Amino acid sequence: MSARHTGPVAATTPTFIGMPKFPALAREALGNTQQRRNLAFATQTIRGKRAAVVGEVGDWEALRLNGAAVKDEVLAHLDDYLIQLEDKLTAAGTTVHWARDAAEANRIVVELVRGKGVDEVVKVKSMATQEIELNEALEEAGIAAWETDLAELIVQLGNDRPSHILVPAIHRGRAEIRDIFRTRMAAAGRPAPETMTDEPAQLAEAARLHLREKFLRAKVGISGANFAIADTGTLVVLESEGNGRMCLTLPETLISVVGIEKVLPTWEDLGTFLQLLPRSSTGERMNPYTSIWTGPADGDGPQETHVVLVDNGRTHVLADPVGRQALRCIRCSACLNVCPVYERAGGHAYGSVYPGPIGAVLTPQLRGIDNPIDASLPYASSLCGACFEVCPVRIDIPRLLVNLRTQVVDAHRGRPSAEGLAMKSAAWMFAEPGRWASMQKGITASSKLLRGKRTLQHLPWPGSVWTDARNAPVPPRETFRQWWQRTHGESR
Amino acid sequence: MTRVALFATCFNDAMWPGTPIATVTLLERLGVEVDFPAAQTCCGQMFTNTGYADEAIPRVRSFVEVFGGYDAVVAPSGSCTGSVREQYADLARRSGDAGLSRAVAEVAPKVYELSEYLVDVLGVTDVGASFPHRVTYHPTCHSLRMLHVGDRPLRLLREVRGIDLVELPAATECCGFGGTFAMKNADVSVAMGSDKVRHIRDTGAEIVVAGDNSCLAHIGGLLGRQRAGVRTMHLAEVLASTAEASA
Repeated sequence: MSARHTGPVAATTPTFIGMPKFPALAREALGNTQQRRNLAFATQTIRGKRAAVVGEVGDWEALRLNGAAVKDEVLAHLDDYLIQLEDKLTAAGTTVHWARDAAEANRIVVELVRGKGVDEVVKVKSMATQEIELNEALEEAGIAAWETDLAELIVQLGNDRPSHILVPAIHRGRAEIRDIFRTRMAAAGRPAPETMTDEPAQLAEAARLHLREKFLRAKVGISGANFAIADTGTLVVLESEGNGRMCLTLPETLISVVGIEKVLPTWEDLGTFLQLLPRSSTGERMNPYTSIWTGPADGDGPQETHVVLVDNGRTHVLADPVGRQALRCIRCSACLNVCPVYERAGGHAYGSVYPGPIGAVLTPQLRGIDNPIDASLPYASSLCGACFEVCPVRIDIPRLLVNLRTQVVDAHRGRPSAEGLAMKSAAWMFAEPGRWASMQKGITASSKLLRGKRTLQHLPWPGSVWTDARNAPVPPRETFRQWWQRTHGESR
Repeated sequence: MTRVALFATCFNDAMWPGTPIATVTLLERLGVEVDFPAAQTCCGQMFTNTGYADEAIPRVRSFVEVFGGYDAVVAPSGSCTGSVREQYADLARRSGDAGLSRAVAEVAPKVYELSEYLVDVLGVTDVGASFPHRVTYHPTCHSLRMLHVGDRPLRLLREVRGIDLVELPAATECCGFGGTFAMKNADVSVAMGSDKVRHIRDTGAEIVVAGDNSCLAHIGGLLGRQRAGVRTMHLAEVLASTAEASA
């Protein structure tokens, strides 16, 4: 079950290096009452919408099984499908670039943009470009990267980080958004209207006016892709606002940064995923805008199309026979929206662009477990299993979390720790029923010492971690084993 | 004659003996002769779920040795049953011992959580219990989403004489215990538990019932700290209660 660490891991980017572990970040986030309220309201709303539209599909389980099977087929023959994809993309007139890691991908994109002699690009919402921190790389090269998804715009103007895969500004309330627009829009282009209130329609109108001049001006658009179809050389982007469509059609040049696991074998396979993704993600039967393109079309839309295929740790994930199913992920966010840990801790506590349950398994697999934040992520779950239940491609997230916890412990074996010692002692005690029976004599003896106390309110460390907020039970005067022996006699 | 073993689970054995005692009482009342193989200790779930697979593998070996000869193994715990049925295969594979994998494949399907055994094997929902109290039921995550016990516990509870069973809002949401999660991420654990306890208190129940004493220790610990006037009780103890002898 242990992974062979074959593929290269993705670098932990400067944004996340040195971040505290999940428990510390979560503790801080738990005190942010506005965020708690926003997250509880938003995740519960979208959870309900998803449940309703999934419930009306009679063969949902068959769709899930098909989705998982298609992705597993891709992962089992990824090399073949990628070569086929490259051939078909090239045949359709798209230039294909290969990037081993984030740095290589960023270098390729920066060079392409520089080659066009422009100092700005418009961006379609994309997890892959966030993962490689493309905006930062472009900025360093003197190129402004304008996010055009409404929520990404809020995050970018607020000099903030996304906290959700689908709803990056889920942690923000509308009054905060109004303040961000009022104070920051002017520096980035057209200012917010003087009369703008925090009404959603007015906020959207301010964003529309602000973004429109960028759409009309930009010569280069940058996107990701939800799917890349190997047998046709087609890219697919699903979105809700139409801002993505603007970026995909108005600029002269379109550069798409695509993770190598995004391949689907055939055009027919897309049908399954167009049913799975919107229902799981926004809780809609279908998303409003689906853009599909196969290379440039003469005189219509971008006349130059590029695809950058990015590994950035994905082959490392692929090398783990248990963990590789994380690469089935289609970034729908259903697992975030049902996760009781995510709902309370929020996305920033996960120290990565991939928060929530999928982030807790994907990030440590992409980046490895050397950083404290990455090693803490597999433990950021109560293993309640709600994520697996809603995953449209049946990623067994609890099993993957346990698999990663095992890797974390294995990597730290030999180094002394209180936890390791406690586990070793417990293992020694349970190894012999006689030792366990003796231990129980100690338990009942301590009960007698406590003389009728019913609960314990203050234990010394590490028990204090429990009793800080919870009473602890008092040991019984007679254990079950002792009762059995008294009432049923020796058994075998 | 079928041979039925009680897997008490280490936590119940040492800390909550009332639950395995109630399980024995209940099964004997239903005419099942139950054995308690004394060589049993712990299923190893705490090791497995914290990442200590090497420490868990000897527990797997011991479990299949101790329980291998029985026709059915009954455990008053959803999560320990889940550990055996759903996690032992991965541990056996890691051990590299094909014999252990075969033994697990043979033993694991014979391990039942109490409500599964009562409803599916014995075919009863009315176990002759009487419990005149206002009760709400919390379905624990591993019984719900790992074992898929569904409404079996509720079907059993609905047949109990005198019970005033009230629905728990947001019942399927995790209480926040999560094994060592309760210690390693104590703040989030308590935040989750606070919401669970709020829902429990909203029902006006006197007792919250569940199939796992580990989750109940967390829930009860929070209720106790709040002086909520609500106590916790294992499903087995409710089902073992009769008009003559209440738990």
